[in-house]
Amino acid sequence: MTHARTNMLLLRTPEGIVFSLPLAGPMSRFLAWGVDVACITAATSLLRQILGLFGGAGFASATYAIAYFVISIGYGIAFEWYWRGQTLGKRVLNLRVMDVQALRLEFGQVVVRNLLRFVDLLPGLYLVGGTACVLSRRFQRLGDLAANTIVVRNPQIAQPNLEQLLGGKFNSLLEYRHLAARLRQRTSPQAAAVALEALLRRDELDPKARLEVFQGLADHFHSLADFPPEAVEQLSDEQYVRNVVEILYRRAGKS
Amino acid sequence: MIIDLARFLAEERKHWTELETTLERMERHPEQRMRLTELLKFHELYERTSADLAKIETFASEPEIRKYLEGLVARAYGEIHETREKQKRLNPWRWFVETFPQTFRRHVAAFWISLAVTVAGCVFGGVAIRIDPDAKHIIMPFPALNGDPSERVRKEETEKQDKMAGNKSTFAAQLMTHNTQVAIFTMALGITWGAGTAIELFYNGVILGAVAVDYVYAGQARFLLGWLLPHGVVEIPSILLGGQAGFLLASALIGWGSRKTRGQRLREIVPDLVTIIIGAGVLLVWAGIVESFLSQYHQPVIPYALKIAFGAVELLALTLFLSRSGLAAERSSAK
Repeated sequence: MTHARTNMLLLRTPEGIVFSLPLAGPMSRFLAWGVDVACITAATSLLRQILGLFGGAGFASATYAIAYFVISIGYGIAFEWYWRGQTLGKRVLNLRVMDVQALRLEFGQVVVRNLLRFVDLLPGLYLVGGTACVLSRRFQRLGDLAANTIVVRNPQIAQPNLEQLLGGKFNSLLEYRHLAARLRQRTSPQAAAVALEALLRRDELDPKARLEVFQGLADHFHSLADFPPEAVEQLSDEQYVRNVVEILYRRAGKS
Repeated sequence: MIIDLARFLAEERKHWTELETTLERMERHPEQRMRLTELLKFHELYERTSADLAKIETFASEPEIRKYLEGLVARAYGEIHETREKQKRLNPWRWFVETFPQTFRRHVAAFWISLAVTVAGCVFGGVAIRIDPDAKHIIMPFPALNGDPSERVRKEETEKQDKMAGNKSTFAAQLMTHNTQVAIFTMALGITWGAGTAIELFYNGVILGAVAVDYVYAGQARFLLGWLLPHGVVEIPSILLGGQAGFLLASALIGWGSRKTRGQRLREIVPDLVTIIIGAGVLLVWAGIVESFLSQYHQPVIPYALKIAFGAVELLALTLFLSRSGLAAERSSAK
């Protein structure tokens, strides 16, 4: 297991596959905790109202004292165990508690990380836990360190609609197969991904920024493969990048 | 770096979806066991998705898909490579009478350390109150303990009204939750390499020792025993159990003489920490009830001799429970 300088935890499986887990930072965790505190407060207030209806001050206050204690401690334990690492707050913020080696979360780990909150909360507002989280390589508060857990951001899929993006238009660059092959050879994965992202997000950019982005990308791809003027002279920078992406992401030889 | 992403997606996506569905089913129903054919299929899907991830990392591709595949592989990895024994369905009674005392005995050295630190605190508190009786309000910053012991005993014994009337259950609930918080806090402070646990136990000992010496020297030893023994013989050991868990956590952090990594050591003791602290919580429920419903009543309502005898029986029962309960099951599993 290795750790990048970014907020990613990299894990290598015995099969040699490396995958990364995006670690949740202190701020998103603090916000999730805020949501959880609001939920606990709402639940205990509701309980107090309900117990008030039954009368009998002794019974009501005794039940409330125990219920408040059980809810405030048991909330995190019950939700994280039942929802496999998520409380309501973590669900809202799209976070999840995981074992530090990405193994299944054990009940004991859930209990220990939640009980250690007593120290993490000191002297108030998660000062100890927050400091530990900021200083830790894996953004772990003390409870996470003791329980061998981390909090990750839940990855969500968003697949590009390539057919809509690339489909149907004549690509003048494909007429020059040797140059297209050179372009595929020289383009780095990162540059290809940036070009694809730029096309996918073109509508999110304002017109000026869009022109600048595609001009920059077109200049970069021009420097990698010098297509003849007749192939590119009628193309805007954006259309040029679109044609390049089609070359990069379509199988060689397929038009 | 060339990959036909659209074709790749069309061919592989159904396998990813199948793996995701399987994972969701496993996560929703963790108690369900897979048949061999399902397991083989699950493993195949995991390997296929892992291979897709490797492929997509080698070639330029859409980062969101890589993240999605990483998420799938990460979730499946946890299920495939988990070697820890799957938790059996919990039998609360069996857990309490077997697992809890067995766990206590397995780490009894940490309990003795916990006891020794508390006793040291008691000695310090007792000596301090004898040397400087005027410092009572500093050593015991609780108004109820700052008065003259003889005066308090006189008041308690001549009380005509039941001062606890209507409040016993509330008081019991407050005691249970407060003492459980103290036990949890004592355990949690083990994360400070045990220093916080030791300070907490020592401080508890200081107060206990100071109160004891104050009452004994005031000639109120019988009242003290009648007041403290019924609940104290369970409450104090429960806090010591919190200390035991705290020192256990500290020893896993420090790892003297161990070749294992800190992570491995912590992973090993986490279930025992949970067992000890929940066991302490159960004992504190009993202690809270006794303190509220029995300890607060003194002679002539309840004779001191009876309260002291009750406390002694409880202490004996607790000692036998922690030292003997679950021994037979322990021996039979060792064979």
